[in-house]
Amino acid sequence: MKISYYPGCTLKTNAKNFEDSTLCSLKALGIEVEEINRWNCCGTVFSLATDDLIHHVAPIRNLIRTKQAGSDAVMTPCAMCYNTLKRANEKVKSDPDSLEKINNFIDYEKISYHGDVKVLHLLEILRDQVKFENLAKKVVKPLNGLKVASYYGCLLVRPKEIGLDDVENPQVMENLFTTLGAKSIDFPHKTECCGSYQTVDNPSIVAERTHKILTSARNRGADVVAMSCPLCAFNLDNRQKQTAEIYSEFKKIPVLYFSQLLAIALGCPEAALRLDLQYVDPNPVLKQKGLL
Amino acid sequence: MRVNISQKKVRDQFVAKIEELSGQSILACYQCGKCSAGCPAVSEMDILPNQVIRFVQLGLKDELLQSKSYWVCASCFTCNARCPKGIKIAEVMEALRQILLRKKKDYVKIPKLTDHEKEDVPPIALISSFRKYTS
Repeated sequence: MKISYYPGCTLKTNAKNFEDSTLCSLKALGIEVEEINRWNCCGTVFSLATDDLIHHVAPIRNLIRTKQAGSDAVMTPCAMCYNTLKRANEKVKSDPDSLEKINNFIDYEKISYHGDVKVLHLLEILRDQVKFENLAKKVVKPLNGLKVASYYGCLLVRPKEIGLDDVENPQVMENLFTTLGAKSIDFPHKTECCGSYQTVDNPSIVAERTHKILTSARNRGADVVAMSCPLCAFNLDNRQKQTAEIYSEFKKIPVLYFSQLLAIALGCPEAALRLDLQYVDPNPVLKQKGLL
Repeated sequence: MRVNISQKKVRDQFVAKIEELSGQSILACYQCGKCSAGCPAVSEMDILPNQVIRFVQLGLKDELLQSKSYWVCASCFTCNARCPKGIKIAEVMEALRQILLRKKKDYVKIPKLTDHEKEDVPPIALISSFRKYTS
């Protein structure tokens, strides 16, 4: 199966640490992916209104680009892109009328879309194709002694038909970090919303969520919190500034992309981690555990 | 709260429009409250998610259009995942937002955002905010 790579907008800007660590990890695993030519923004959110077809055009166009690259599947590390691309794909697969309308609307494209591209998240590739038992053999620097809380947020697991794991108690990231030698910490807020885009107009809501989610992870003993969504990462990392201003007892905790921890374990150079992009500095804890 | 119920309100176009835009059958809800119990945004809401559904059932258009509950709903889909009747509450919230947005009543006014507010956040935040809050 040939797999195309869809980075999405934020992996090329604020979340360059997510992209660089992902690409380095894939290389270390011997997986070749090619970035889709002329990809466009997926729209970040799936339109929920029944009559709003126009907003499904952007994700479907990316699936057409995937076909044009001769690929059967598209992989993205971003939880929001994954959700939007996959939901748009499932929508047109189950609703031939809307697929026909979208194809007619973009009839200037050289090919039309028939619902035949598979949308995959990087975690699915690691779990189902690489498989964790094989991944374990590639670990050169086990994450020994590092306690990692896995935060899924909303869009990796909901809705149920789209999610890549159990809707209430996903385990894929915990299993990944155990494979990498870390200690996985379970905590009750791992699928609770971070406040999402309300970070633009109402950062205090996000600070309240960040406080609740991160304090819960810290109380369970986590050294770091790992995730897969650039918007969650911004809210749970950068918004710790506002959180600390509002909640005086709040203690900051480093927030990383799962791919950064994967890249460390697979022996990627420090430059691929781009730790300079983190707001809360993970260097002290990673150095203390002998991982840098 | 005193509520006047009338056939006129219940059969109003407003209720039909919400059912059409959300694709949900509102009368399926029997008010168990599970959506509100799991909603992480209730502390910011003036009407709880199960009440939003109840208000739609009763056609309480004015009360709904003044509420801010559906603006603080971030479509996290926890309610949808837990509803025992399979009602997609998040879709109902979207229908309410759409009814207002389609009258060009933007919730976030882009020209009013400062350069700092725009530069401070990643593209993924701006795009999703504008998708959900502007027409």
